[in-house]
Amino acid sequence: MSLLVTKDLVKWFGDTHAVDHVNFTVKESEVLALIGSNGAGKTTLVNLISGLFRPDGGQILFRDQDVTHQSVHGRIKAGIARSFQLVNLFDQLTALDNVALTIFSREGKIANPVALAASDSAVWDEAHDILRLFGLEPKARVLAGGVSQGERKLLDVAVAYALRPKLLFLDEPTSGVSTREKAPIMDTVTSVVRSQGISAAIIEHDMDVVFNYSDRIVAMHQGAILADGTPDEIRRNDTVTTTLIGTTEPR
Amino acid sequence: MDVLLIHVLNSLLYASVLFLIAGGLSLIYGVMRIVNLAHGNIYAFGAYVTAWVVGSVAAGASMPVWLVLLPVGAVATAILGAGLEPTLLRPFYKRAEEYQLLCTFGLLMILEDVMRLFWGPYPLSASALFEGFGSLTFGESIYPTYNFLVIGVGAAAAIFLWAFIYRTKFGVVLRATSQNMRMASALGVNVNRVYVEAFTLGCFMAGLGGAIIVPSQSAVLGMGVDALVLSFIVVVIGGLGSLEGALVGAIIVGFVREAGITWFAEIELAVLYLIAALVLLVRPAGLFGRP
Amino acid sequence: MSVPPSRPRPASSTARALRVAVPVVVLLALVPLILPAYGAILLAYGLVMAIAALGFNLLLGYTGLLSFGHSAYFGVGAYAVALMVKYLKVGSMELFLVGAIVAAVLITALFGVVCVRYTTIFFGILTLALSQVLWSLAFKFFWVTGGTDGLRVPTPSLFAGLVTGSGDKIVFMSHAYYYYVLIVFCLCVALMWVIVNSPFGMALQAIRDNETRAEFVGVRIWRYRWVAFLVSGVFTGLAGALWVPLNGLTTPDIMHWTFSGEIVFMTVLGGFRSFAGPIIGAVVFNYLKTYAVGYTVYWQLLLGAVLVGLVLSLPTGIVGTAGRLAARLQGRH
Repeated sequence: MSLLVTKDLVKWFGDTHAVDHVNFTVKESEVLALIGSNGAGKTTLVNLISGLFRPDGGQILFRDQDVTHQSVHGRIKAGIARSFQLVNLFDQLTALDNVALTIFSREGKIANPVALAASDSAVWDEAHDILRLFGLEPKARVLAGGVSQGERKLLDVAVAYALRPKLLFLDEPTSGVSTREKAPIMDTVTSVVRSQGISAAIIEHDMDVVFNYSDRIVAMHQGAILADGTPDEIRRNDTVTTTLIGTTEPR
Repeated sequence: MDVLLIHVLNSLLYASVLFLIAGGLSLIYGVMRIVNLAHGNIYAFGAYVTAWVVGSVAAGASMPVWLVLLPVGAVATAILGAGLEPTLLRPFYKRAEEYQLLCTFGLLMILEDVMRLFWGPYPLSASALFEGFGSLTFGESIYPTYNFLVIGVGAAAAIFLWAFIYRTKFGVVLRATSQNMRMASALGVNVNRVYVEAFTLGCFMAGLGGAIIVPSQSAVLGMGVDALVLSFIVVVIGGLGSLEGALVGAIIVGFVREAGITWFAEIELAVLYLIAALVLLVRPAGLFGRP
Repeated sequence: MSVPPSRPRPASSTARALRVAVPVVVLLALVPLILPAYGAILLAYGLVMAIAALGFNLLLGYTGLLSFGHSAYFGVGAYAVALMVKYLKVGSMELFLVGAIVAAVLITALFGVVCVRYTTIFFGILTLALSQVLWSLAFKFFWVTGGTDGLRVPTPSLFAGLVTGSGDKIVFMSHAYYYYVLIVFCLCVALMWVIVNSPFGMALQAIRDNETRAEFVGVRIWRYRWVAFLVSGVFTGLAGALWVPLNGLTTPDIMHWTFSGEIVFMTVLGGFRSFAGPIIGAVVFNYLKTYAVGYTVYWQLLLGAVLVGLVLSLPTGIVGTAGRLAARLQGRH
C-alpha cells in the first residue's frame, strides 16, 4: 500500500534540474533511506513533498489525495511532517515547551489567546510522554538552545513526531553527531516510528546507518532516482556503488 | 513646453540627490548586510557642514572658494563614517539584527541633537552660492543654473561609481566581499578594512547629496528622517543592495514626486507610498534586488 | 527511570507573579494618600506609558518584531478622543476608550497587513515611514486636527458619569482619575499576562525563535503576526486615550518618530526579554524624563547615547541585569 506517490516531479533551479521527473513512493509502515551524493536532489525532493518548495511540474499524492498545491499547513494536517538538516528548534523555549507547542498546534488550540497554556494538562502530559519516548525527559525544563547536539537532533525528531504524522521525513538525523551517539539516536527513532506504524523517509550519508536501519533504500543521482530496492539489492547494485563511491574495485 | 522641461529638470534634480543617499544606503547593505537607520541624518549632517562652511564661515569669500569648499560636507561625513563603523557597528555584526537596528536608531537620535547643538534650531543656508550661479532663461521660464550642477554631480557620481565598482581592483574586492564574505576572507581579503571602506564610501555619498543640495534649499532639522523615509521608498522600488536599482528608483521617485507636488500637493507622499506598496506586493525584492 | 510528576508547570508562575503583583498594586493604590498631588499625577503618566510599552513589547519581546512607529497608534488613540470631543461632544471616559480601541483596530489592521509581511529591517523602516505619514497628515489636515495648536480635551466623566471632574482639576486628576488609570492598568497587565502565557503567546514566541520551524509545526506565520500587531497597537492606542485627559491637549508631536523612539527606549531600558521590563522601564523613564528635561534641551542626545550604551553593554535592561545580580548574590553562578 502506497502512502506517498510522486509522479514525474520536477524542480528547476536556474538551468539545473534539481529534481528530474522523479517517481518516488513510500509504503505504509516502512523505514526508507534516501541516499545520494551532495546535490543529488534528496533535500529538494523532501522540500517539495513537505511544502517548502513548489514543484515546476508533476504531482504529489498522499494517501490518494493530491497535495501538490497544498499549503504547508494543509500537508501537516494531512499527515506529513519533517525534521531539518540544520537543527531547527525554538531555542528560547524549553524542550518541553517545544513539544507542547507542537501539540497545541496539532490540536488546533494554538489560536487561543485568552487561556493560560499551563491549564491544559492533557497537552502537557502528552508532551512529557513524548519526551520520555525519545529519552529526553530529564531535559524537559532545559532551554532547547542549551542541550547537547545529539539531544537537539532527537528533540527535532520529537517535535516532528508530536504532530502525529503518517509520514515523517528526517533530513540527516545523525549529521554532526559523534559516531558513538549515532546508534542510540537511530535506535530510538526507529523503535518509536515502528511501534507507532509511522513511515519514515530518512536522508542519510552514513552508510552504516543506512544499511542497518532501513527496510528499503532509494538512491538518487543528479535529480533522478538511480535505484530502488532492499539493502541487499542495493549492496549488490554496481551502478549505485560506482556512482556513490566511485568504483566497485575493493580498496 | 518650457514648463514641461522645468518639471523634468526638477525631477532629475531630486533624483540626483536621492540617488546619492539611497545609493549609499544600498552600497552599505550590499557589502555589509546592515541598514543604518541614521543614514538620513548623515545626509543631513553633510548638508549642515557645507551650509555652515560655505554660508557662514566663508560667507565673505568668492565663488571659486565656495565651489572648492562645497564638498566639505561629504568629507566630514566620510570621516564620521570611518569613525563610526569600527566603534558602533562592528560589535553588532554577530548579534541579532534587532540590536543593530536599536544601535543605529540611537545614533539617529544622537545625530539629530548634535546638529541642533552645533547649529541651533533654525535653518542654515548657503544661498549666496546658489544665487551666484544666476539663472537660465528659455522661452518664458527661468531656471536656476545651480540646479544643473546638482544634476551634473548626480550623473557624474553614477558614472564614477559604476567605473569604481566594475573597473577597479577595489571594486572587485568589494563585490567579492558582498557576495561571499567568508570566501573573500579565506582568499586573504581584509574584510574589516573592506567594511570600513564601504561604509565610509556610503557615508560620503550621503554627505555629498546633502552638500550639493544645501545651496538650493536650506539645512533644516528633520530633513534627515524625511530623507531616510524617501530613500527607503527608492530602495524598495529599486531593490536593496543594487546601485542600478538605486538609480532607477531615484529617477522614478523623482518624477512621481514632481508630478505629485504639481497635481496632488496634499497627498504626494501617499502616492509614493502607494507605488512602494505596489512594488512590495508584486516584486518584493524590488526591480533589481536580490531576494 | 521513575515517573516524574505530570505537571508542576507554570500555573505556579502565574501564582508567583501574583505574589509580586498584589503588594505592588496595593502600594500603587496608596500613592494618592501618601504622595502630594503632583506625585500621583506623575505616576499616572508613568502607568499610561507602561501600558503603551507593554503593548509595544508584545511585538518586540514576544514576536521578535521591532517597530519604530508605535507613536502612530498612541496618537490615533489620543486623536480619536479629541475628535470625539470636538465633533460628537462626548465626555464619557468609557466612550473615549471604546472610540480609541475602534480607531486603533482600524489603523493597525490596515498598517499590519502591509507591515507583517516583512521582518527586521523592512518592518522597522516601514513602521517608521507609516507613522511619519500619519504625523504629516495630522499637520496637513489642520482644519480637522487643529494642526500644531492641537485639540483640547476637557476633564472627562468616569464610570459612566458617576464621577465628574466638576471640582478642582488637580484633585480630580490625582485621585479619581489616578484610580481610573490604575484600574485600567491592572486590567491591561492581567490581559497581557494571559495573552503571552496562552497557546497563542507560545506560538508568537515560536515565530520569534524560528519562523521556518514554526510554519512546519503548523503555525500560520503571517496571520499570527498580524493579530499580534493588532493587539499591540490597540494597547498603545488605549494608552493614548488615557493620556489625553491627563495632558488636557493632544498635538501632532505624539505621532512623531521621536516619541516612537521613547517607547523603544523605555522598553529596552526596562528589559525587553521580560514581562515586567517594559512596565518598569516606562515608569523609570517617565521620572527620568521629567527631571532631565529640566536640565537639558538636548534630551534626544542623552536618550540616544544611553540607548547605544544599553544595547552595547546591558542588553537585558534593568530587569535582566537585576535578575543576574540577584542570582549572583544568591551564589548560583
